[in-house]
Amino acid sequence: MAAIAIRELTKVYPGGVRALDALDLDVADGEFFALLGPSGCGKTTLLRTVAGLETATDGVIRLGGKDVTRLPPGRRDVGMVFQDYALFPHMTVLDNIAYPLRIKKRARADRHGRAADAGRYLGLEGLEGRRPGELSGGQQQRVALARALVAEPKIFLLDEPLSNLDARLRLEARTFLKRLQRELAVTTVFVTHDQAEALALADRIAVMEKGRIRQLGTPVEVFRRPANLFVASFIGSTPMNLLSGQVRDEVVTVAGTELPVPAEARAHVTDGESVVCGVRPEYLDYSDSPVDGAFTGRVSVVEHLGGSSLVTLDVEDAPLHVVVGEGREPEPGDTGWALPRPGRVLLYRDGELVTGAENRTMTPLTKDGGPA
Amino acid sequence: MNETVREVLRRIGLATFVSAVLGFFALPLLWLAFAPFDANPGISASLPEFTLDNFRVLMENPYALASLRNSVLLAAGTAAFVVTSAALAAYALSRGRVPGRDALLYVLLLLSSIITGTAAMVPVFLLAFNLNLIDSRLGVVLVLTGGLLPAAIFLLKDFTDATPTSYEEAARVFGASPLQILRHVVVPVIRPGLATVTVWTVAQVWGDFLMPFLLLRDPDKAPASVIMYTFYTEGGQPDLALISTFSLLYALPVVLMYLFVSRRYGFRFHGGIKR
Repeated sequence: MAAIAIRELTKVYPGGVRALDALDLDVADGEFFALLGPSGCGKTTLLRTVAGLETATDGVIRLGGKDVTRLPPGRRDVGMVFQDYALFPHMTVLDNIAYPLRIKKRARADRHGRAADAGRYLGLEGLEGRRPGELSGGQQQRVALARALVAEPKIFLLDEPLSNLDARLRLEARTFLKRLQRELAVTTVFVTHDQAEALALADRIAVMEKGRIRQLGTPVEVFRRPANLFVASFIGSTPMNLLSGQVRDEVVTVAGTELPVPAEARAHVTDGESVVCGVRPEYLDYSDSPVDGAFTGRVSVVEHLGGSSLVTLDVEDAPLHVVVGEGREPEPGDTGWALPRPGRVLLYRDGELVTGAENRTMTPLTKDGGPA
Repeated sequence: MNETVREVLRRIGLATFVSAVLGFFALPLLWLAFAPFDANPGISASLPEFTLDNFRVLMENPYALASLRNSVLLAAGTAAFVVTSAALAAYALSRGRVPGRDALLYVLLLLSSIITGTAAMVPVFLLAFNLNLIDSRLGVVLVLTGGLLPAAIFLLKDFTDATPTSYEEAARVFGASPLQILRHVVVPVIRPGLATVTVWTVAQVWGDFLMPFLLLRDPDKAPASVIMYTFYTEGGQPDLALISTFSLLYALPVVLMYLFVSRRYGFRFHGGIKR
């Protein structure tokens, strides 16, 4: 078990592509940490640099207090699961799991015993003699996990651990992975481009763009209070409504209505300033009768999401998404009103959240995401 | 009615054509199967007057069996050199950054056909002469290796390119050294490719006439392909009994090798095409 400390980490590929740009990051001991971002944001490079598969151009990586920046991957004491699992096709499941111990020159009986234990722990009993090609995707993933943990590494690295599974299996594997990490309490970093996966699994998330971390926080913080427009538009299965408006006295005129300036931003905006107003579709209350201070428009599309529906209102030609509960869905063509819940409107200026303090600490949250 | 006639004629025509083509290729094989057992073999395929006498005569020839052994030595030596060097080179070319790699490969491939061809006969002879490699099996093996290596690298690079790098990265994360990675992961994964190249090399060397003819002086060292050239009667006519019998013995090892490798390694003839 060990913490990860990364300072000013820079990776420039030959050809001049700057994949990581003076990046600082701390991952606490035992934490389940997600690197989230669109493709090409540097998240996989960061993971591979921590593993030692890429050499850092500049900066320092410490694992458990020890500087490993220039160490080869085999001497960093990390276990890694690859996106395609990279199980050796010519070896049996047992030989695959035992491979790290074979490199460490353990006796055959010892390594096979420990590999069998690891396999049993991950529910692979009875499959020891099979080849990877004869396993299902979920089983292959568990073999890869068993192989990564058999040598008891200090750090666990997972590259897109769920992306190769089909949708149903993915949910199952997600729960399995979270329970496994809780039980082992090994510092785990995983890479994903799927924001729902990051929100569901991680204790903390780093949202990355162009080799930099754009926001670092718990899933609740990142979901509720995106620190900038990039994170706001990236996080959430239904993207946040972002409407441009103008500050006037104590209100923001936006899309034909006036919203009160949020308390945290009140001291930091001036009259006449242009801002972007962000509110999640989940934080808008729909009504079919006029409401004071609400957005209003014609319903153009109703999409069923299962337990709720996503309604698109045409508000002054700009689409506004609202999540409407079961049984209350309007028909396309109806006129509707959508009122933001108090305290859920965010103001962005020049792409950054307008808030009381720079880098102010968020409300302390417990591990399961609720307020302390 | 007219349609049916035309269809029948079409089928007859097709069958005749296919039979003619088949016969064209089958007759030499029939000759190879019958002539060795014929008391008076000619150059036409005919049912033999059965005898095993030709084999007895062949065994008494001082060079026949030794030449097969020589062929095995040359083929095995060349295959060992070619497969080892090609595997290392293909892996390095596939994984490392080599400027102008593709151009280099194509130029080598182009030149390789010249090395073992008639065009380079004189320079190759002079080179071998100056290196004291005339009449040495090693000389023949080295020249053949040089000629076959580019194509072998080309074939094997296709296999290493098709192998995901994550296998090797996984091994690296667990602390394997480059040679361990090669031994534990890369070689087993590209084994069908290695088998392909081995069989191909052996077949090439087995059938090669020019280089051993050029570089080996001592008939005791000559391989089967060269010795076959010496089977004449006192009258200067080709000794068909000896040639046919020897041809059969000469062809069998290659056929057996194909069958064995196919059984053992699940070898399919991949050519240069990725699965």
